[in-house]
Amino acid sequence: MRDVAVVGFAQRQMPQFDGSPTCVELLVPVFKELYEQTGWTRRDVGFWCSGSSDYLAGRSFSFVQAVDAIGVIPPVNESHVEMDLAWAMYEAWIKIQTGEVDTALVYAFGKSSAGVLRRTLALQLEPYTMTPLWPDTVSLAGLQARAGIDAGIWDERAMAEVANRSLTDAEKNEYAIRKGGSSVDELLARTMYADPLRKHDCAPVTDGVAALVLAAGDKAREVRERPAWLTGISHYVDPMGMGVRDLTRSPSAQRAGAALDLGGVEVAELHAPFSHQELILRKELGLGDDVAINPSGGALASNPMFSAGGIRVGEAATRIWSGEADKTLAHATSGPALQQNLVCTLSGSTEGKNN
Amino acid sequence: MSRTLQAPVTVAFDYTRSTGPVVGRFLSGLRDGVVVGGRTSAGEVVVPPLEFDPVTHEATTEFVEVSSVGTVTSWTWVPEPVKGQPFDRPFAFALVTLDGADVPLLHALDVSSPAEVSSGMRVRVRWAAERFGHINDIACFEPLAPGETEAAAPVAASSEPVTGVVTTVSLDYNYAASPEESLFYRGLNEGRIMGQRCPTCEKVYVPPRSACPADGTPTEEEVELSQTGTITTFCIVNVPFLGQKITPPYVSAYVLLDGADIAVLHLILGVPADEVRMGMRVKAVWKPKDEWAYSLENIDHFAPTGDPDAEFDTYKQHL
Repeated sequence: MRDVAVVGFAQRQMPQFDGSPTCVELLVPVFKELYEQTGWTRRDVGFWCSGSSDYLAGRSFSFVQAVDAIGVIPPVNESHVEMDLAWAMYEAWIKIQTGEVDTALVYAFGKSSAGVLRRTLALQLEPYTMTPLWPDTVSLAGLQARAGIDAGIWDERAMAEVANRSLTDAEKNEYAIRKGGSSVDELLARTMYADPLRKHDCAPVTDGVAALVLAAGDKAREVRERPAWLTGISHYVDPMGMGVRDLTRSPSAQRAGAALDLGGVEVAELHAPFSHQELILRKELGLGDDVAINPSGGALASNPMFSAGGIRVGEAATRIWSGEADKTLAHATSGPALQQNLVCTLSGSTEGKNN
Repeated sequence: MSRTLQAPVTVAFDYTRSTGPVVGRFLSGLRDGVVVGGRTSAGEVVVPPLEFDPVTHEATTEFVEVSSVGTVTSWTWVPEPVKGQPFDRPFAFALVTLDGADVPLLHALDVSSPAEVSSGMRVRVRWAAERFGHINDIACFEPLAPGETEAAAPVAASSEPVTGVVTTVSLDYNYAASPEESLFYRGLNEGRIMGQRCPTCEKVYVPPRSACPADGTPTEEEVELSQTGTITTFCIVNVPFLGQKITPPYVSAYVLLDGADIAVLHLILGVPADEVRMGMRVKAVWKPKDEWAYSLENIDHFAPTGDPDAEFDTYKQHL
């Protein structure tokens, strides 16, 4: 397999974007930032792939409009996934593995605030027996949180600890839209929202865009002294029905992690839009207390739809570039209650690759 | 003035889906007031039945009628219901394992406060008054008082097997135009046609876009365009269709406004359809000012100026 690294990352996040849901206005400066990071022009990008959803935009073919931000004369090699940036990255990684291209820029955008996000997301559910009930995202997460509390696997205090650490770490993240930790007791004293969830247990509705640059071998070494090599990448999916799996677990996350060598991971960026989901992921991935979790603040600090999973990859890569860590992990999720999970490892060296 | 123009938009569609034999069996059961599960290769009874076995991947063929009474295995409070949910006031969503089933079913639970619900509580199906083979044939679950049993299901209207469902999806958005689109529509509201020039390739786009699609460069320089232009190409509409506002035949044409590099699609009137031609010079004819809005429809149509036709060379790059 070819050595492929993450060599560029840029993002924009905000509570409410007042522009078009095609987000071209946000993508143009993000691409510019990536051209500056890499020293490339758009002509140096071998493959483009975007992640977005027309249901979020409320207009058809928003991803086609977004291509304006690239500039496509002469034509570019381009694709799209109705998924998070992390899966757009997966497609690009495969494209590079085929040998057809050496470089890729993947991007994602979403204006979550244009509609009622937790309602819109009911459209990703089983359409016969679930969507007609419009089970909103927060409710489905609440059912999962309760299952773990009832089973004694976690409690409200453990959930508040996750939220407090995330909001405290988010103070150092200029892109986080919710930040400022207090104390676990103070968080627990706050009003219950969707019992058993308090508002700080739920990711804030976030608009935004993000993009990653991938490059193979020497192309990556030309861009960065210390590229973040993708030493392993794996993803799995669980059944969609809420009744047919143990909600206190995430078998797909476990399986994705088990396919990789997670030994020596120093930093893990986990895409957990609800506090208890971080607890599930830490257990399924076997991450011990010596692993720093979500130094960026994670999804509880900001969770732009279709970017937030890929942002985890960007944050994990940044820590390799800086030399702060030698091995990091990034995780992205999609679907209800951690249904679908992608895990990748990033490393300062290409030794010990899984793929 | 806000940076962008914004307006509410509703996107709606009725999704019509065939059910197949397994989901159809489940929904037929609901229509008849019976909850039907499917047995897996592991011997578990799953409600709703799975179309294919999770282990053997064989199609599910063994169906089991389960009770409409069961036990709450998990629940969550819904303090702010969203449109389309079973209740428009606060309620609970619950996972309920029906007696005779091994895994829970998701549905609403009719209680008025979180204090009235707990895991382990006994509940029963409240049947909808009218049932036609849909998950909403179960109106909700309701707490089961001591001594109570299954609720009676009113007689269903039909006994034909359910083969399809219609799910109405309607989504409300606050739709925002980009700053460039806002410039365009604000201009129209003042009787002007605004475009923007790409600083890289110098092309003038109308309507303006957030970035030049050829270069990816933001098009910042505003250009007010002439209200006169050239027909680059056109078609004569002879076919009537739903929602048509003008009686056929009429002409829909690309008009390249003087100074623009992108043609706009508009209606041509003031000339018999069979006399419209490429190169014809036309001008914008506006509706009365009191009918103007933030819309391209402020321009009622384009009509011939009577000037000599434009030379082909002047617009051949724009075809």
